Amino acid sequence: MNTTDGVLDRAKMTAQRKVQSTIPVQQQVRAAHLMDRAKRRLGMSEQLVFSETPIPDAADVPLTELDVSNPFLFRQGKWHSYFRRLRDEAPVHYLADSPFGPFWSITRYEDIRAVDLDPDVFSAEPRIILGHAPINVEMFIAMDPPKHDVQRKAVQGVVAPRNLKEMESLIRERVQEVLDGLPTDRPFDWVERVSKEITARMLATLLDFPYEERHKLPYWSDAISGTAEATGGTTDQDLFYTAIGDLARSFMALWHDKAARRERGETGFDLITLMQSSEDIKDLIHRPLEFLGNLTLLIVGGNDTTRNSMSGSVLALHQNPDQLEKLKANPSLIPNMVSETIRWQTPLAYMRRVAKQDVHFGGQFIRKGDKVVMWYASGNRDERQFEDPDAFVIDRPNARNHMSFGFGVHRCMGNRLAEMQLRILWEEILARFDRIEVIGEPTYVQSNFVKGYESMTVQVTPKAQ
Amino acid sequence: MATVTFVEHDGTVHQVDHDEDGSLMEIATNHAVPGIEGDCGGEAACGTCHVIVTDEWAGTVGPRTGREQQMLEMSPECEANSRLACQVAVSSAMDGLKVRLPEFQM
Ligand code: HEM
Ligand code: FES
Repeated sequence: MNTTDGVLDRAKMTAQRKVQSTIPVQQQVRAAHLMDRAKRRLGMSEQLVFSETPIPDAADVPLTELDVSNPFLFRQGKWHSYFRRLRDEAPVHYLADSPFGPFWSITRYEDIRAVDLDPDVFSAEPRIILGHAPINVEMFIAMDPPKHDVQRKAVQGVVAPRNLKEMESLIRERVQEVLDGLPTDRPFDWVERVSKEITARMLATLLDFPYEERHKLPYWSDAISGTAEATGGTTDQDLFYTAIGDLARSFMALWHDKAARRERGETGFDLITLMQSSEDIKDLIHRPLEFLGNLTLLIVGGNDTTRNSMSGSVLALHQNPDQLEKLKANPSLIPNMVSETIRWQTPLAYMRRVAKQDVHFGGQFIRKGDKVVMWYASGNRDERQFEDPDAFVIDRPNARNHMSFGFGVHRCMGNRLAEMQLRILWEEILARFDRIEVIGEPTYVQSNFVKGYESMTVQVTPKAQ
Repeated sequence: MATVTFVEHDGTVHQVDHDEDGSLMEIATNHAVPGIEGDCGGEAACGTCHVIVTDEWAGTVGPRTGREQQMLEMSPECEANSRLACQVAVSSAMDGLKVRLPEFQM
């Protein structure tokens, strides 16, 4: 980033902060978009575009140049060997040059946990992805205590186990509908028909979002989390701005609609009702970027993650038929299978931190301001923590010790919802299907952040009656 | 041999006899006490081993540490005597220790 660019960016951020409370959020999004477009036209910034080339073997690359930010690493199946080499030879590794700038990689289980547990030294601000986002919506996943704690406490009730108990039967009904509507006489795309559909239904329930419009939720989520600058994805900036503008408009309207219904005495257990009944954040609507941030966080946080663990569970059990037999013989293993799936899949490959001070860590000297990436995807395959870590073992005794939900103050707020969703899915699958066969190879998402599937063709075999 | 009593939220009592030195979380998980998960292996990093120490034992068990505080505060069921069981070292002087479990773990 050249200096003029930096100045403009800072000006944009200051302006965003100032106008937060006075200018409608859609206009703010538009203004940021125009600014970025102008910069691009003036040749002051370029959109990153990644084109796929074969990634060399880990052993053929000098250790100092090993780049795990390559958004094709998962798709090309090279991540096992890249991370294994880092864990063994450079567990706290510095890459001086990447499309996302220089960064440190932390790849062993214990080291990752230690970084996650030290928010005083390793800050989650201003964002938790490797690159940068076009607009800085404020989310508590990227805030340090004490600000983080206030915001999280205000909304966590919506996914608290007590609330989930209320939602369980509704979620189950919606899962049953999806499964009952699947073709059994021909192959279909599991990602589109099941994983995405169930996630959209679950999120619509959580947010009390208009049910017929639920497909917008995964669409927005994909567009927002998938820019090249942020994670090496495929969303271009114009699409990003359109999506976030639409999302803002929809949720502003929903907020006012809910407020009116509340006045009339309607109650609910959805997110917006909860926000409106919290003393701390009931005026959030007047801080639009924060409002937008909290919603985006739930939509994005609950989306790719659950979707890809649903697809991952089908793939893992297809590849390990002995484990499927074990599960069918003993369905009480479902909860542990769910944890093992979440470990094995690691739907979010990392969270990023920034060192707030110079610090010695793992024999290295990390300077104030350096980016530090905690690679959960590697920690979950750390031989020091998990026996035969690449194997998928549904009764693995320490499956619950996986780090896919992170640790410490930012530990995933939706963990119980995610587990419940997968548990229900498999209870209902076992009741209906004998097996789900994956046909051909699934296609993988282009990203260094989201570890997941674009499509997965399957053929289901109903249970013999 | 010492005894620890865990009382689930619905009143179910689990009395555990043990002769190991270890954390309260380890004793609970070694004896399959339901409702204590210990997802982070005992590092005060996950908040899934929340217990509420009964008043008569609170003094002996002692107060929570800073990091415990941070995790516990995120639970809506956090009370004055809440502790993370993985941070409670059980000694033989604690024979008869009694703790309650919250309705849900984080
Ligand atoms: C298998 C599914 C999921 C995975 C793997 C996952 C993963 C994660 C990770 C790695 C973090 C950050 C942890 C850290 O920084 O230490 C996180 C935070 C978060 N997740 Fe999830 N997540 C999942 C499902 C969900 C769902 C369903 C929701 C909500 C609907 C959700 C909402 C959140 C929120 C709000 C945060 C921020 C918590 C904070 O900063 O305090 N997640 N998640
Ligand atoms: S076991 Fe994780 S906090 Fe106690």
